[in-house]
Parts: sequence; structure tokens; C-alpha cells
Amino acid sequence: MNLDLAQSGDLLQALLPELVLTGSGLVLLLVIAWRHRTAADLRLAAWVTLAGLAAAGAAAWWLWWHTARAIGSPGMIAVDDFRFVADWLLLGTAGLTVLVSFDYLERERLLAPEYYALLLFATLGMLLMVGGDDLMVVFLGLELMSVAVYVLAGINRHSPAAAEAALKYFLLGAFASGFLLYGIALVYGATAATNLSQIGAQVRTLGLGGSPMLLIGLGLLLVGFGFKVAAVPFHMWAPDVYDGSPTPVTGYMATAVKAAAFAALLRVLAESFSDVRAWQQIVWWLAVATMVVGNLIALAQRTVKRMLAYSSIAHAGYLLVAVAARSSLGSAAFVFYLVAYSLTTLAAFALLAAKGRDGERDVLIDDLAGLATRRPWHALALAVCMLSLLGFPGTAGFIGKWYILVAATTARQLPLAAVLVLTSVVSAGYYLPVIMAMYMQPEPSEQAHAGMRLGRLGGVVVAVSVAGLLVLGVRPNRLLDLARTSGDGLRASPAAPAATAVSTPTPTGR
Amino acid sequence: MYRHWVLTALLAWPVLAGLTVLLVPARLAKHVAFAASLVEFAISVPLWWTFAPDGGMQFVLDVPWIPAWGIRYTVGVDGISLFMVLLTTFLVPLSVLGSYSYITTRERPFYCLMLVLTSGMIGVFVALDLFFFYVMWEVMLIPMYFIIGVWGGERRLYAALKFFVYTFVGSLLMLVAILALVYFVSQRTGVYSFSYAHLMAHLGGLGPVAFWLFGAFFLAFAIKVPMFPFHTWLPDAHVEAPTAGSVLLAGVLLKMGTYGFLRFALPLFPSVALHPAVQRVIVALSLIGIVYGGLVAMVQPDFKKLIAYSSVAHLGFVMLGIWALTLQSVQGALLVMINHGISTGALFFLAGMLYERRHSRLIEAFGGIAKVVPMLAAVLTIVSLSSIGLPATNGFVGEFLVLLGTFRIYPVAAMIATAGVIVAAMYLLPALQRVIYNPLDKRVNETLPDLSLRELAVLVPLLAGILWIGVYPKPILQRMEPSARELIQSVRLNAAVFTAER
Repeated sequence: MNLDLAQSGDLLQALLPELVLTGSGLVLLLVIAWRHRTAADLRLAAWVTLAGLAAAGAAAWWLWWHTARAIGSPGMIAVDDFRFVADWLLLGTAGLTVLVSFDYLERERLLAPEYYALLLFATLGMLLMVGGDDLMVVFLGLELMSVAVYVLAGINRHSPAAAEAALKYFLLGAFASGFLLYGIALVYGATAATNLSQIGAQVRTLGLGGSPMLLIGLGLLLVGFGFKVAAVPFHMWAPDVYDGSPTPVTGYMATAVKAAAFAALLRVLAESFSDVRAWQQIVWWLAVATMVVGNLIALAQRTVKRMLAYSSIAHAGYLLVAVAARSSLGSAAFVFYLVAYSLTTLAAFALLAAKGRDGERDVLIDDLAGLATRRPWHALALAVCMLSLLGFPGTAGFIGKWYILVAATTARQLPLAAVLVLTSVVSAGYYLPVIMAMYMQPEPSEQAHAGMRLGRLGGVVVAVSVAGLLVLGVRPNRLLDLARTSGDGLRASPAAPAATAVSTPTPTGR
Repeated sequence: MYRHWVLTALLAWPVLAGLTVLLVPARLAKHVAFAASLVEFAISVPLWWTFAPDGGMQFVLDVPWIPAWGIRYTVGVDGISLFMVLLTTFLVPLSVLGSYSYITTRERPFYCLMLVLTSGMIGVFVALDLFFFYVMWEVMLIPMYFIIGVWGGERRLYAALKFFVYTFVGSLLMLVAILALVYFVSQRTGVYSFSYAHLMAHLGGLGPVAFWLFGAFFLAFAIKVPMFPFHTWLPDAHVEAPTAGSVLLAGVLLKMGTYGFLRFALPLFPSVALHPAVQRVIVALSLIGIVYGGLVAMVQPDFKKLIAYSSVAHLGFVMLGIWALTLQSVQGALLVMINHGISTGALFFLAGMLYERRHSRLIEAFGGIAKVVPMLAAVLTIVSLSSIGLPATNGFVGEFLVLLGTFRIYPVAAMIATAGVIVAAMYLLPALQRVIYNPLDKRVNETLPDLSLRELAVLVPLLAGILWIGVYPKPILQRMEPSARELIQSVRLNAAVFTAER
């Protein structure tokens, strides 16, 4: 199906997932305008949200099924497999977050149906970010997402920690947006374009690879995105914000927000700046710093939530390795890793949300002691999540890490691959204690785990995620194919030397 | 039919049985696990007869797994891995039987993990695809980690973490090396494949990178062996692990390191492995392992720790034999691998039995118990003598072959290693004397029960193995000879070719 984005009919088709999501967001707002008093209303809002997300997913699937492609002059929105796969990932993550939230909101007595509206609009912003083929659309999506997530972080009005988290997130996020916007302005100044592929064409034809204005603009863009994905040294906000936010929101931030920002970053770098060599060096150092710092600081954490916060920083570093590989193989590895990481992290946060009561901010790793005897299934699920985050064979996390390593070695980035595996070893130092506490230490008292309640829907989320992790760990073939086509979908410019050098005997032959 | 599926059956059966163990009532778990491990042994036994004493891989099964990455499920055995598989299936039922009274808590998960571990160990020995090998190499880490960490002694958490992290460091660097190797080979051949046969068919042309790749493989395997100075995880893991864990750790897991050298590090990087400087370093480290392991074993008050350090010494012999790379020395190294599994396995069983009787691992807690427990004393004496390498026991044959083969290449090293044999007598005999001879000076020791029928059932097969290999090792040597010869020829030839190319 070829869509000419200059015609409004085709443009509407190309925007179908976003439009469906917008429509359901409006419906949801109408619904909660009347029904916002009881727990039943809350559940209704959640179901409406789920329906909206599912419809948007179906719309993305429809476009993908008809192999929709954009023709004609470049438009505001990209129509490629990378967008569709990223859409599914984001919608799926949002859906799982909604399922986890059902129980959590009632338990924490957060009778705020606008929670779901915000979640929906944040997801809409993410779809725009990953689909935007124009820096302005990307920025609009990013702002829509960010504003909604600022509020989500502080949705628990009775918690000072949440208020602190929200304010911190808002201030630093606003800063980051400023950087991003200034970067866009400078890039526009250098190339007279905001469309991603037009920027790429301008850079190529005018030979702007060394233009200071473009490079400064690119640097500012990297800073802005670096804030959003929590790459070191722009990670300072992440632990406090993750720590203070309600646990399902933390899971959402650590997966969907990060995934959307990363996907947008990857698209911008691949489509606009594939001829600018400078960013590779910058991303190289960002990746190393993020992996090293994230893993080392995570070692020192004693609460599970903060540990997971720093671990998510470390994983941002692994993803940056895939970005630094600057090849379609790297993009494919990136997609696969994001899926594996999101599934794992969501399940881990869902379990953490179940364990914590009221002040779940303070679940120490030692508080999990003896969980295996009292809740064998929960302990098993959390253990699988930890092993997957560690990148242990048999789980999706391993295949993801393997894929990134393949991309890195194929791009002849052996030092980066070595740093990745060495920091992975360090990460054993904080993932394994969770398993050790659950399985190898006696429970402190009979009642230690009495309050742990996952709920039926939360159980579904965890079961689906963990089963997915294990299946993908043994039989990743389908998702690998999907990741590869979506990686190819990102128009890697033909002039990019690294991309052509690796295209001959890469692991695509079959 | 059997030829195609036997190895897959050996891989799949323990996992299925392990899941079954989780479902049966707790009091039946050990019996089910024992029966399952006996079935596993029964499946593997016909390998002995159906294996043709010939070079090349046999019982091969090769199906695509992840075609997009050139990953296949390929299994097969040759004269080198055959005995590792048989050793594994032989030791597992004994370990399960030996755990009957030692493991009293959470029995179902324990026996499940034992069986899963069996799959992992066999997978490492039969894998002929580097991806599959790596997966198996890591997968068997988890069960062992839990076995040490959940059912171990007081410092089990420390020991388990140390065991895990040491192995993990080495194996992850090996992972990068595997990926780089496959990438470089694919650059020359245009085929991206993790198949061992494919990589072996397109060796060379790596240039200086080969040194680093070999280094990564070396580190992974040297930690596992363990070679001096990477051995420090071993005493902790052995001391804290439950008896069955120690037995399998010493009997099988350590062999994965030496097996890795024989199967991967040596044939894949022949020019590096046979580089004089590399050889000198490795031979020197092996000798240090032999002598240092023996000397440290001498001063250990803890019986299990003593055995652990004796493992370092024994594995030093294996490394020496592998690196001398003559037919006798490689065959000897393989034989020492088998012998060490049997003798040290038996020693750990005996240490566990002593511990169950006195709840102490200290040598000084015993003394003069030969009168009280004559059978146990007799078995301990025979096993110790075999570990020292007394003629007519298995220990002698293996070490003698290693020394004989090494002497032709490194006479000085062979002489130092011979001194190591004397050191072995110097740590094991005094320990033996202090445990079972000497005066019976502690009252608690006067009422120790002798070996039960179950314990005899564990030890008698091991004793039979000790004597059989000691007297008539020919059937084993005959089966491993073609593969060993093939390996040596290929390594020497390729090394000469690649060195000439440079």
C-alpha cells in the first residue's frame, strides 16, 4: 500500500494509529467527566483505555499488514516497519502498565481516573515521537509525552516523595526540552530543513559534515535525548524520579518513555546524520560512561526500586552500543533488545508493586528474604526477570545482548563489546543478591510476605511477560525477523560507509 | 535411530525428569530422581559399544535452530567427549544416591536442579555449535549456583557468588571472542555460521587478533579448570557445596575447562596455542598448579579443602599433558580427567560421609577410626592411594602416561611434575593417617557407624572403576586414540602452516 502523504486522505491513513488513540483519549475524557467517583469508575476508565490501546495497535497492524509505505515528497510522518514495531512495543507496554495499575491504584487509594487519560495521551505522544519524520513532530510528541508523564509521576498527591519526583522531573525535563529545541533551531539554521530526510540530503549534498553550527545543533539534540533516555552524564534525575513515582508509573517510565526517546533518537541519527561522523564518537563515550556508571552505582543500592532505576540506566548504555554500531544490524538489535528489556522490566516492576504496601519506596533487597518458600511462583518470576536483565542464556535478555554484541563486533567495535560484557559481569553483583535473598536466606518472620498481593490482572501481566521472556530466549526467530525488517526500514543512507561495509556477510544470510 | 537421537535423549531426559521430580510428593523425590538418573545412565551405556574407535564425530544430529544467525542445534561425540559424557552419566546417579541422607530440606528442587545440571553438563560436552556450546556452558552455571547457595555450608552465599562471578567473567569474554571469530571467518567465507565444523574448515587468516581471541577462550577455560592463579573460587565452592555438589563440581565441571581447551582453544587457534612463549607460560602455570596445589593441600586442616587443592594439582597434570601435545600425554591427560572424576569424586563422597557422622570437616576431629569403621577406612585408603597414583590404581596409569609423553617435549617440566606426584603422597598420606590411624583419642569417634548399604552402593562402583582402569585401561585408550591422534595432527599441521604464512 503506497501512501502519498501530500494527499490528505492518504495522510489520514498513515496517521491512523495516532488518530484512533486520540479519539479514544477524547472518549475517555468524556467518560471520566461523568464517572470519576468510585472504584468501579476507575475500572471502567481502565477498560476504555485498554480498548483504545488495542484499537490503535490494530490500526498499526493494519498498516503493517498492507506493507504501507510513503511515496512522493517526504512528509511529516514516517511510514515504515520501524514505526509499526515501535508502536506495538509502546502500546503493549502501556497496556501492560494499565493492567498492573488496576489493582495498584485501588490498593493505594488513588481514585484518579485521569491517571488513565494521562497514560493514554503520553502514549500518543510516544507514537508521534517514534513516527515523526520531522523534528517538529518529534518535538511535539516529546512534549506531549513529557507533560503527561510529569503529572503521572506526581499523581499520588499525598506523597511528598512523589511531589518531589514530579517537580524534579519537570524542571530537568523542561531543561532538556530547551536543549532539544535549541538543537533543532541550530540544525534548521545549518540545513534550512526540519524534515529528517531533507536534513540528511542537505548534509550530503552541501557537505555539511564539518559545519560547526550543525555539529553544535547535533550535540544539543544528543543532550536533549540523553536526558530523556537517562544516559550518563544526563542521568541525575532518573533515580530520584523513579524512586518517588508510583511503581507502575516507574515501570512505564523505565520502559515506554525510554523506548520512545531511544527510537526517536535512532531515527534522527540514522536518517539525518548518517553522514556526520562526529556523533559516533560522542555516542561511543556516552555508551561507555552509561554502562560503567550505571552498573557501578547500582551495585551500591539497597532498595530494589533504586537498584532497578540504576539498572535501567545501565541498560540505556547497552542500547547506546547498538546505536553506536550505526548499521541496520544495530537498529535491529536495538529493536529486539528494547522488546526484551521492556518485558523484563515491566514484570519486575509489577512484582515490586505487588510486594510494596503504601510505602513501597523502601522495599530493601533483604526484605525479599525467603520469598521463595512463601511465594514460589512470584520468586521464580522475579528470578527469571533478574536473569534476563543479567543477560543469561535461556532468556530473551540474553538473545538481546547477543544481538547487540553481534552488531558491535560486526561494526568492529570490539572494545565496546568488551566493555559491555565486563559491565554485565558487574551487574551480576546486584541482580544475583535479589535471587540470593529470595532463595538462599531464611524469611525473617512468618508474616514477612503476607501482604504481597499481585492480583489477577497483575498475575496475567507477569505470567505473560515471563513466558514471553523464556520463549523468546529459546525460539527468538519470529521476533528476530521482525526486528530485522524494521531495522532495514530505517532508511540507512547509502553513503554511510559503516552501513555498507557490514552489509555483505552479516547474519542475514539464510 | 539410536545413533541419531541418543545424545538428544541424553539432553532432554534429565530436564523432563527434573520437572517430574517437582511434581511428585517430597518424600518420593529422591527415589524418582535416582531412577531417572539410572535411566539416563542406561541410555548412555550403549554408546560404549556402538562407538566406533575412529576419528571424527559420531552420533551426530544437526538441525537448524536460528537460521537468521547461522545457529544450528548440532550435537555429536568423538573419542574425547565420549568419556566425558559417560563419566557424567556415571557420576550423577551416585551423586543422587549419595545425597539421600545429606539433603533434608527442599528435596524436590534439589533433585530437580541436579537433573537439570546433568543436561547442562552433557550439553557442554556434545555441543558442536559455538552458540549452543555457550548457552550450555552458562546454563549449567545456574543449577550449581543454587546447589551451593541453597544447600551449602555457612559461607554458602559468598562461595556461590564467587563461583558464579568467576565463571561469568571468563565466559562473557569468551562470548565476545566467539562472536568476533565467527565474524572474521564470515568475512573470508561469506557464510555467517557458528558451526564448529565450519569454523574448523576455515581456520587461519586471523592475524594478531587470534592472540586476543585465544586469550579470551583461555581465560574462560582456565578459570573453570582452574589453573593457578585463577583457582581461588574452587576451595570456597568445594568446601561450602553439599556432597553431591562437590562431587559433580570436581568430577565433571572442572573437566569442562580442560575439555574446552581440547575441543576449542587448541584446534581453533593452533598457531597461538603452539607459539613457544604461550606454551612456556601455560606449562609453567600448570607446573605451579601441580606443586603449589600440593603444597597448599599439605597444610589444610579441612579435609574438603585438602581435596579441593589436590584437584588444582591433578588438573595441572591434565594441562601439562594437553600442552605437551604428544599422543601419550594427551591420552594420559584424558585419562587423568576420568580418573580425577572417579577418585576425587569418591574422596568427596567419603568426606561427606565423615561429615554426616561427626558434623565436622576438620581432619583433627577424627583419628584412629579404622577400628570403629573398618570398611570406611579401607575404602578411604584405597581411594587415597589411587589419588596419589599408586600402580595398579587408575591414578598411576593416567599420570604415568602424561609424564611419559611430556618427557619427550619438556624433560625439565616432566621432572618437576614427577616431584608433584611425591607431593601428592605427602599431603594425602599424613591426612589419611590422622583420620583413620593414630590413636583413637576422641570418645565421640568410638560410636561412629560404619558404611551403610546405601553408602556402599555409592562407593563400590567407584572402587570398581579405580581398579579396572588401573589394571586394564586398554579399552578406554583404544577408543580415545584415533580422536587424540587426529587432534594432535590437525593442531600441529595447522600451527606449522599458519606460522609459515606469517
